[in-house]
Amino acid sequence: MITQYIFYFLSFLAIMFGLMVVLSKNPIHSVLYLVLTFFAIAGHYVLLNAQFLAAVHIIVYAGAIMVLFLFVIMLLNLNKETEPHKNVWLKLSAAVAAGLLLVVMVGSLKNAEMIAATNTFDPSVGLIENLGKTLFGEFLLPFEVASLLLLGAMVGAVLLGKKSIK
Amino acid sequence: MERVRERLNMNAIQVIPVNWYLLLSAVLFTIGVLGVLFRRNAIIIFMSVELMLNAVNLLLVAFSTYLSDSAGQVFVFFIMAVAAAEVAVGLAILMSVYRNTMSTDINILSKLKG
Repeated sequence: MITQYIFYFLSFLAIMFGLMVVLSKNPIHSVLYLVLTFFAIAGHYVLLNAQFLAAVHIIVYAGAIMVLFLFVIMLLNLNKETEPHKNVWLKLSAAVAAGLLLVVMVGSLKNAEMIAATNTFDPSVGLIENLGKTLFGEFLLPFEVASLLLLGAMVGAVLLGKKSIK
Repeated sequence: MERVRERLNMNAIQVIPVNWYLLLSAVLFTIGVLGVLFRRNAIIIFMSVELMLNAVNLLLVAFSTYLSDSAGQVFVFFIMAVAAAEVAVGLAILMSVYRNTMSTDINILSKLKG
């Protein structure tokens, strides 16, 4: 019973803070609300027994990616005054388009047939032991390719960040 | 270890239908789409893309727990790696755009049409 209430609470937090990310005028506030959204999603991961993933999610998103966003926003000195605004009609059409997308998705997913779980329920699936076995067994090649991707991203970011390329 | 296993038996996916996670992810994804359409600041658009990726991550974890298959959670790791790479390169591009135009407004990028 209490699990359901925690689910409702975390969902409410995630959706509300997600809306605040989009609607708040100051970019710094947007970043801080996005961090709170990520914490709510991490709470969902804990609820789903994916404790290791929750920890990694907090470290990578709230710890690394959001700090990068904050650095850039503070470096560019963005604030409420420099914030560009679309005109009212474009905003209205954006809201209508997103609302229609929501209606279509909810309408198609609401009566989706539940697939029956084939294997028996295993509560230890999100623990680091099982995840490591899958990651370094079945997904070893994608893991190595991901390291190449990160190397390429690092080189690209340094190259783009340099003042001028002679 | 046995005690830990017993405590973990209280699992959300056994109490909460997986459909609710589908709906929650759909709503979060739509908020991300709304952010991309609604705002003109390129940094906010990046953050909305992150929100969409996280909606998908949440759904992957929910189904992975529901089906007791750890492959879904490994996918989430890969999505996180791709998101980190995307943000690093994207923000670097944004910095160089700002250096040339002194703005992060995406409408200025329509000059790229030539």
